[in-house]
Amino acid sequence: MMAAPMILAGVGDEFFNGRILREMLPGIVTEAMRNTVVYTVFAFSAGIVLGLLLALARISRRWWLRTFAATFIDTIRGLPALLVIVIIGYGFPIAYKGVTGNFWRWPFGSFGSKYLPGCFSLSLVAAAYMAESIRAGIEAVPRGQMEAARSLGMTQGKAMRKVILPQAFRIIIPPLTNELAALFKDTSLIAVLGVGVGGREILQYARTFSNATGKTTPLVAGGIAYLVITIPLLQLVSYLDRRAKRGTR
Amino acid sequence: MITIRALSKSFGDNEVLRSIDLDVAEREVVCIIGPSGSGKSTFLRCVNRLEEPTSGSITVDGVEVCNSKCNLDAVRTSMGMVFQQFNLFPHKTALGNVTLAPISVLKLDRAEAERRGREMLERVGLAHKADMHPSQLSGGQQQRVAIARALAMQPKVMLFDEATSALDPELVGEVLQVMRDLAGSGMTMMVVTHEMGFARDVADRVVFMDGGVIVEQGTPEAILGNPQQERTKAFLSRTRT
Repeated sequence: MMAAPMILAGVGDEFFNGRILREMLPGIVTEAMRNTVVYTVFAFSAGIVLGLLLALARISRRWWLRTFAATFIDTIRGLPALLVIVIIGYGFPIAYKGVTGNFWRWPFGSFGSKYLPGCFSLSLVAAAYMAESIRAGIEAVPRGQMEAARSLGMTQGKAMRKVILPQAFRIIIPPLTNELAALFKDTSLIAVLGVGVGGREILQYARTFSNATGKTTPLVAGGIAYLVITIPLLQLVSYLDRRAKRGTR
Repeated sequence: MITIRALSKSFGDNEVLRSIDLDVAEREVVCIIGPSGSGKSTFLRCVNRLEEPTSGSITVDGVEVCNSKCNLDAVRTSMGMVFQQFNLFPHKTALGNVTLAPISVLKLDRAEAERRGREMLERVGLAHKADMHPSQLSGGQQQRVAIARALAMQPKVMLFDEATSALDPELVGEVLQVMRDLAGSGMTMMVVTHEMGFARDVADRVVFMDGGVIVEQGTPEAILGNPQQERTKAFLSRTRT
């Protein structure tokens, strides 16, 4: 009879410790969530540009472009994202230290050394996945659209820009939003690179507190921080999916 | 206007066109008829090189289209094409469809392109639908916008690839009427069609194709009224309703 309240109290102390939660504020928002958003926005923007180029290369008439793009996309998608991040985030700065002093600091100053290793490796992963979504969108546009555009004297490139891509992007908004939610969670992989104070994203920030207190509460707080963003995003995805299925513009 | 010599096209081992010769004079309307699979659509698509011919030569208005040095995009601006499935751009309004190529290819300024675009929509009787999207238009209206889109480039030749085959029967008439008017205005036209009535009334010449060759050609009266070849007779007796 006495056991139930005791177990509940234990759970509360370990997972929902109010004192620790208060200690994590406001850093969990101003540092951790902010940096997670920065990593996500950067990797998503870079990924969409690079992904578009890869998708176009993937369907190019030039065999060497197709081969290069397919190899790159399949390699990245075939590897655990964590391994890509570790190889690039650890490896490149060490390899180029002698050349530029600090590989990441060199073109972007202190911003570069703090954020770039994670952002860059995450962008590559995002690009590979988005390239496949974008390619599927381009291929979903009926062939007659390209023929109509070409018959009016548009070049291949102009037809792609003015006719095919506007329709393709409408098709791939739901999968790309899904990609955005996935990317938001994958920023947690950057934690392995051990970014210093100020550059920590949610998971690393939470782990710092967890290690210091020996409690699970900071990790739960981190989880809540993720959910605050990902649940609305996933709702948006299913809304966009439903709207796309209804076939309205 | 158009000179085609020894045009052949194969898809792998499948010979779709076998050494076709055809001349189309300026202001002439040539209707190409024949059973499905006879190669007539492929033939038409070779003229503006939407299909790459395997061999042969095509000259349009003095320009050798199959020459690798030919500026294909420039030649295509002088050849309008109308498709069976309309192929309107669904993300653009009717006017947007009609002005896209004049603006982006001919480099007209927007006001001039829209003036010309509205004029072309007027010509196909759809000036009042300028701001509608294709999905809000009937099949017949969509096809008329597609004709206006091709005309806005002020082409010297119009190619029609079974322009009425995807339409409900009651919508065929309005599209044929636009094509009739166009022929009456002196446009050079190559028309692949199943509409024998249209061929009889409008064509200067009817070409019957079967098995990738031109079986016979002549005036509508000669080909449709008094065909000489067995294959033509057989085809016409099947299509007669």
